[in-house]
Amino acid sequence: MIGIVDYGVGNIFSLCSSFDKIGFHAELIREPEKLGLCERIILPGVGAFGDARAKLRASGMEEALMSEIEKGKPMLGICLGMQLLFEKSYEFGEYEGLGLVKGSIRPITDVIPSDYAVPHIGWNALDFCENELFKYIKKGDFVYFVHSFYGADCDESVIATTEYGARLTAAVRSGNVWGVQFHPEKSGDVGLNILRAFCEMKGE
Amino acid sequence: MITKRIIPCLDVKDGRVVKGVKFQGLSDVSSPVTLADFYSRCGADELVFYDITASAEGRGIFTDILRETAKTVFIPLTVGGGINTLADFERVLGSGADKVSVNSGAIRNPNIIEEAAKRYGSQCVVLSADISLVDGKYTVFARGGRENTGIEAIEWIRAGVERGAGEIVVNSIDTDGVKRGFDLDMLAAVCDVVNVPVIASGGAGKKEDFIDLFRKVPDISAGLAASIFHFGEVEIANLKKALVDAGINVRV
Repeated sequence: MIGIVDYGVGNIFSLCSSFDKIGFHAELIREPEKLGLCERIILPGVGAFGDARAKLRASGMEEALMSEIEKGKPMLGICLGMQLLFEKSYEFGEYEGLGLVKGSIRPITDVIPSDYAVPHIGWNALDFCENELFKYIKKGDFVYFVHSFYGADCDESVIATTEYGARLTAAVRSGNVWGVQFHPEKSGDVGLNILRAFCEMKGE
Repeated sequence: MITKRIIPCLDVKDGRVVKGVKFQGLSDVSSPVTLADFYSRCGADELVFYDITASAEGRGIFTDILRETAKTVFIPLTVGGGINTLADFERVLGSGADKVSVNSGAIRNPNIIEEAAKRYGSQCVVLSADISLVDGKYTVFARGGRENTGIEAIEWIRAGVERGAGEIVVNSIDTDGVKRGFDLDMLAAVCDVVNVPVIASGGAGKKEDFIDLFRKVPDISAGLAASIFHFGEVEIANLKKALVDAGINVRV
C-alpha cells in the first residue's frame, strides 16, 4: 500500500486518483501510527513552507514519517513536499526543513532573468541522469511545474533539472528519499509513469 | 525551456457542455468528462471548466462532474464561474480543481483574491477579466461581459496581481467570437504591467492566430479558446504541429 501523508495541506484528490489509474492501492494517512502499514510513502504539499512544516509537526505525522524513512522505506515528496525535505527555506522568512536533503529553498527570482514570469507555471522539459524513478520516461519529456521557490545548493542530491532562464532543480534523491518539484499527478502519461516507477521501488 | 500552453475551455451548464460540440467518434459529445479526456489525449496542456449553471442543484452536478474528470484526466484543471467566496474555492478545490478563476466575484469583492491567495497560495488563484475598449480606454466588464464597470482594465489587473493572483486570463470582448485573431494590443498592454503568466482569450479563428499571438506578444504564456476546438475548426494536435513548424516551443 502507498500511504499519502494527509496533514491538511493542498489538493490531494488528483494524487489519489492517479494511483487508482495506474493500478496501485493508495490511502490517505491521517493517523501517524498507520504510516507503519505503508510500503511506500508520498509527502504532498501546496502552499507556504512555514505553515506546512508546522502542520506536519502538529499532526504528529513528522515523527512517524522520519521513523519510517529511517527504516529504509521509499519516500517521495511532491512540490512543497519536496521542498520540506531540505534543511532550510527562505519563503516568507526563514524556516527549518526536515534536513533529509542538503541545501535550501530559495526564490527562483534569485537566479532567473527579471523578464521571466513568476511563478514558473507550465510544462517544461526534464533533463536527468538515468535513475530508478525515471526508468519509464525519456530525457526531454515534459512535466507540469507550478512554483516560485526552488531547491538551491543541493548539487549532490540533484537528479533532474529543468531550464527556465536558469537550471532549476526538478528532482532530488538522497538514499531512499526522493523529491520532485513538478506535479507528476498533473503531468499526463509521463507523470503517471514516474509514479508507477516509484510504486515499484523496493525499500533499502 | 518552458512551453507555450494551449487550453480548451468548456462551458458547463447543468452537467453538460454547451455551445454544441461536433466530433465524430465520440459517444457523448456533451459530456464534460468525455470531452476533457478527448482533449487531454489530443495534447491539450490544461483545461478550463466554466460553470454557467444558475441553480444550486446544478452546482452539485458540476462538482460531481469535476470529480469524475479528475479521476480520468491528469492535466491541470482550472475552474471558473460563480466563484464569489472562499467556500466556493473550497468546494471546487476539494473536487479536483487545481486552480480557481475569479472574475465578477473579484469585482464585487477584490479582497477575495488576497484571502484565497493566503489560504491556497497564489498559484491557485487566477484572475480572469473581460475587457473591452471603451472611448479609447480598456474597461473591465462584469457578468459575462454584459455590465460595464467603468474600471480601467490594465490597472485592475496590475492591482489584482499585487493582491496575490498568480495567473491572469485576459478575455477581449471586442475580438471574442469574431475569429480574426487575438487582441494583440490589449494583451501586450497587460504583459507590460504584470510579471505573472498571462493567458490570452478571445478571437482565435485559425492556427495562424496562435502563431501570431506567440510571435507578436512573446510574453504570453498560453492561448485559450472554446468553440473552434469544439467544432473541430482547429484540431489541437494539428495546431501544435503548426506551432512547432513556426519555431514556437510547445509540448508534443
